[in-house]
Amino acid sequence: MKGCNKLVDVGRRQFLRGGAVATVGAVASAVVPSTSKAKPLPARVQYPSNRLANISELEVNEPLHISYPDEDSPGVLLKLGTPVDGGVGPDRDIVGFSTLCPHKGFPLVYVAEDKTLSCPGHYSLFDCEKGGLQIMGQATQNLPQFALRVDDKGDIYAEGVDELIYGRLSNVL
Amino acid sequence: MAFKRHIDRLPIIPADAKKHTVVCHYCIVGCGYHAYTWPVNKQGGTEPSQNAFGVDLSKQQQAETEAWYAPSMYNIVQQDGKDVHLVIKPDKGCVVNSGLASARGARMAEMSYSRARATQQQRLTHPMVWRYGQMQPTSWEDALDLVARVTVAVIKDQGEDGLFVSAFDHGGAGGGYENTWGTGKLYFGAMKVKNIRIHNRPAYNSEVHATRDMGVGELNNCYEDAELCDTIVAVGCNPLETQTNYFLNHWIPNLRGTSLDKKREQLPDEEHASGKIIIVDPRRTATIAACEAEAGKENVLHLPIEPGTDMVLFNAWLTYIAEKGWQDKDFIAASTKDFDKALAANKTTLAEAAKICGVPEADIEKAAQWIAAPKNGKRRRTMFAYEKGLIWGNDNYRTNASLVNVALATGNIGRPGGGCVRMGGHQEGYARPSDAHVGRPAAYVDKLLIEGKGGVHHIWGCDHYKTTLNAHQFKQVYKKRTDMVKDAMNAVPAGDRAAQVAAIVEAIKAGGLFAVDVDIVPTKIGEACHVWLPAATSGEMNLTSMNGERRMRITERYMDPPGEAMPDCLIAARIANHMERVLREIGDDKYADQFKGFEWKTEEDAFMDGYHKVAKGGEHVTYERLRAMGTNGFQEPAVGFEGGKIVGTKRLYADGKFDTKDGKASFMEAKWRGLQAPGKKEQKAKFKYLINNGRTNLVWQNAYLDQDNEFVMDRFPYPFIEMNPEDMKELGVGQGDLVEIYNDDGSTQAMVYPAPSAKKGQTFMLFAYPTGVQGNVVNAGTNELILPNYKQTWADIRPLSKAPDSVKHLSFKSPHYKVG
Repeated sequence: MKGCNKLVDVGRRQFLRGGAVATVGAVASAVVPSTSKAKPLPARVQYPSNRLANISELEVNEPLHISYPDEDSPGVLLKLGTPVDGGVGPDRDIVGFSTLCPHKGFPLVYVAEDKTLSCPGHYSLFDCEKGGLQIMGQATQNLPQFALRVDDKGDIYAEGVDELIYGRLSNVL
Repeated sequence: MAFKRHIDRLPIIPADAKKHTVVCHYCIVGCGYHAYTWPVNKQGGTEPSQNAFGVDLSKQQQAETEAWYAPSMYNIVQQDGKDVHLVIKPDKGCVVNSGLASARGARMAEMSYSRARATQQQRLTHPMVWRYGQMQPTSWEDALDLVARVTVAVIKDQGEDGLFVSAFDHGGAGGGYENTWGTGKLYFGAMKVKNIRIHNRPAYNSEVHATRDMGVGELNNCYEDAELCDTIVAVGCNPLETQTNYFLNHWIPNLRGTSLDKKREQLPDEEHASGKIIIVDPRRTATIAACEAEAGKENVLHLPIEPGTDMVLFNAWLTYIAEKGWQDKDFIAASTKDFDKALAANKTTLAEAAKICGVPEADIEKAAQWIAAPKNGKRRRTMFAYEKGLIWGNDNYRTNASLVNVALATGNIGRPGGGCVRMGGHQEGYARPSDAHVGRPAAYVDKLLIEGKGGVHHIWGCDHYKTTLNAHQFKQVYKKRTDMVKDAMNAVPAGDRAAQVAAIVEAIKAGGLFAVDVDIVPTKIGEACHVWLPAATSGEMNLTSMNGERRMRITERYMDPPGEAMPDCLIAARIANHMERVLREIGDDKYADQFKGFEWKTEEDAFMDGYHKVAKGGEHVTYERLRAMGTNGFQEPAVGFEGGKIVGTKRLYADGKFDTKDGKASFMEAKWRGLQAPGKKEQKAKFKYLINNGRTNLVWQNAYLDQDNEFVMDRFPYPFIEMNPEDMKELGVGQGDLVEIYNDDGSTQAMVYPAPSAKKGQTFMLFAYPTGVQGNVVNAGTNELILPNYKQTWADIRPLSKAPDSVKHLSFKSPHYKVG
């Protein structure tokens, strides 16, 4: 996991550079408002492509703790054992989720028995086999899921998130 | 795949954003929120000086932070005609919710009308009338003129009994003191309308007649009592899902033991332990699972009684407690009457109760001990909470009385850690002239409509098609009667008002019905109506309400109503103005004079004319004072104004004086008589499955706003019906399959949701959902005061369709929390 974290750091640094450019652009815009030469910002945030793990590290129904898009955003990788919509890998059964409850940010706990993530704070439950759908709970969004890619070597990369992660007003800080 | 918004960042609230006091307009708990608004072309930044939180937003925020909001808490709306950003987020400083938001309240912003972001485009924006065979937009003047002329014509022909009214009586969205006063002054002041019903039941009556008759108002404690008591008794309620933040913020701390310091501080002269809870419900609910996780199974007693037998259980508790001598003798002597009489009449042994209720004698006894066994010589503090399982269950009046009997006998009303309260649905916001002329029992309005009575029907924020009993027959007849009027209107040029009114009146005389629907969205019953009048809702107007502990607050107007929509109170006033004008035109000045006093220009005018003048303590309450009181407001009744603050009342009856002439609460006889409402016994004998029913966490009320929210409709495209897996096997149905639920009273549909914890033969269906109305299979029988019994309904079930594509991505796993 050490190497993995390093790669996460690389992703963060890359994004911070992008953020610096945006700041300069904003200043330029303020100085010469009528002829702005600001580089247009993308409509959505740019996600780093971070290596999270290799398929060989995953065991069926055993959560592997990772973080994405940076180390302050904990998540989980799961090999569910049966193919699911959005699952990657040769068995289409690998998924990744944020583990900060999108209600109040409590850390979610994996319940292997029914493949759910549950929140000890306010009893919300999310189905890992159904794209993080909230089975019951107090969040107003389904669980943020990581877009995953597996390369020829079996390395698993995260490259995006489909909902806002708890505790940040931009998924990439 | 599960619905995802693909929103990965949100505009930041700038430091100088406007901040408005908001109370959630959905459930009775009334959580405090703030609405932040700022111009659409400005935004805050991540630097502490650039945002409303004063924190560095370039860093990850911790759990429970105030400096985060979900995409559902954000929108772009209009304020004074200009686009503004809107964030509505929970207020940590509000003692009700301490910063918690439910899955309903946290969507207030997303559920607001926004043309820019295409949310709630279903909202009614302009008056609409039936013209050339369809509903067409028109002006307020035109619509109100038609309403006034037809209403006056019907009253002239049939008297005021020809005017039927369905009107909300609640607080929160669509309700509030302003709006109940507006409709109240029109129908009970200017007129004396008798054929009137409330939003969720077919008559104008209290849901809790018995407790009021005993002198005990139904909202008599404070939320803190749930933190202070030794035992909570929860009857027919599921607060994790339906009073979420009351449960999470006040019940759970007691069960977890985190309110122990508060107990020791406020009640120093007795022993304290973590709270215990008794839950009376035929169904194992998500609430029970959460309680067990927090308090340990040994402190949670679930009594899964036979549906509708609650009264027997409560009578057995009363009998056992008195046998043990655990009643509060001093309190009974000083503050009550008829204890011995009720005790004798209601005598029920543990064995009798065990047999009828279908739960072990030992559990009934254990519950009585948890309620009343003294703790080292001191009285045990027990809070009793009940809701629709009792209110919309068998023999409402007597069952309600039998529970209040236990609370009174144990001295648990008016004291810390006590109370015998309904949990509530909506917030409250009732201020009206006397309704005494309605009588008791009140008219069974839906039945009269089915029988062809009435000529004109004014509907205010109600949808009988989704929220009434015997709904199948009601809809059939209602459509037929209103179609007669539509056909008559089609036959006459719309521009010839006199001819239109004459044609309508003629169709009414032939059995037709002219219907006017005042609402914020198009409703199911609205499809049958001839005029729609668009109303404003909470936040689009200043609106006052009180919550389940009588906490009154103002929600300040933070955005414009859609189009020409107006607060209900002003719509009522304009109807009154037009009726006065039409009456003068036809020379009836005397009757016209009754419609004076509706010159209100704003909702504040209605508030000052109503609540401020007529409510108990209302003289101390103004908008300005409420604004200063913020999300904590005060607890009604107001008793003074000191140091710039309204002084309220923490608990009712703290002085031992109750709402009776002599100030003594009366115990009441409540004898068991089996399934009481006509037709229930026969239905039970004939049909195989109990169709128990109720709410679910995600959906507010009848989904009037949720039906236009992708997050909710993705989860529940159809109402669910929880079924025991063996029942599913017998019927040959799988999860997600659509089934028909049918009996002699009607039929409806639902999506099968396996529930291993459900008893065989006992299903539970989501109530009042637009894509499958449970009321279709509820028979017409009510109690003697016209209270419906929705809960005890039986029907057969058959497959309709294998799981449609729209449900294949859904989860059908248990919604009950398990310790991971």
